[in-house]
Amino acid sequence: MTPLSYYLGLSGLLFAVGFAGAVTRRNAVIVLLGIEFMLNAANMNFIAFWRYGVSGTAPTGIMVVIFSIAIAAAEAAVGLALIIAVYRHRQTTQLEQIDSLKG
Amino acid sequence: MPNKITFCLTAIFTLSAAVAAMRLRNPVHCALSAALAFAGLAVAFLGLDAEFIGFAQILVYVGAISILTIFTVLLTRGSEVEQRAAIFSRSWITGIAITIGVTGAILLPVFSSSLSFKTAPVAASAPVQSIGNELMTRYLLPLEVMGLLLTAALVGAVVIAMSDAPDKKRLVVPASVGRASVTGFSSEVLPAKAGTTNQRELTTV
Repeated sequence: MTPLSYYLGLSGLLFAVGFAGAVTRRNAVIVLLGIEFMLNAANMNFIAFWRYGVSGTAPTGIMVVIFSIAIAAAEAAVGLALIIAVYRHRQTTQLEQIDSLKG
Repeated sequence: MPNKITFCLTAIFTLSAAVAAMRLRNPVHCALSAALAFAGLAVAFLGLDAEFIGFAQILVYVGAISILTIFTVLLTRGSEVEQRAAIFSRSWITGIAITIGVTGAILLPVFSSSLSFKTAPVAASAPVQSIGNELMTRYLLPLEVMGLLLTAALVGAVVIAMSDAPDKKRLVVPASVGRASVTGFSSEVLPAKAGTTNQRELTTV
């Protein structure tokens, strides 16, 4: 049997990898991927606490993760559309060159 | 419940794919590695007896979000990589330092808590039928709100990513011909034309 700490450790490490990618990469698409990793790590925690907790029969953690996945999908669609819109104005996706709001 | 060996194999696979996704130079390779990491997470969800979430993860992340990311990379010429250009930002040392701090703040409580080492209760399963029942009874309002959010996000994504060239053409149509009903989405409305189109929109509406 796997103890709860294994899943929490995997989730924490995955969050760390996503966070490192989000704060260090230059490409906006990769930064979005890092944010997706962080969201997935949170989902992992929800599922792990639901499985190991005193949930009874109610699938509460599952419900939270279903809504979380839906929000993550909406966020990815809008974020990638924003990247395409910015690219059309600036001809770049490098975040260090996108440093002013004035188009 | 799988044993520790299965879990460790899944975890190593997921973490190495995630690290590769954050470190590779070519963004297309990054997106494909991220798809592998999402698939590994789906396996971990299956190991936690959350079958519905595991398959939803495969459908949404491996299927949709990875493909969307690859499309974005290809549409933005991100796949043309210069061999010399830096892929990490200038302040990456600060970023790594913050990452180590955050990771420590997450992992220290996890491994110092006595709760972390409890094993799972024997029976916890969420069949799809009970998930559907909950969605249609207790979580009905959140489900409707989620549908609204997804619709708004879909329309918004299309509008944001849409090329605004057709709108510019439509603006120079003579006033006697042009119907001013579709100027709302234009991001660059010419100032002189904007007043007239808005007035016409008011009159037509």
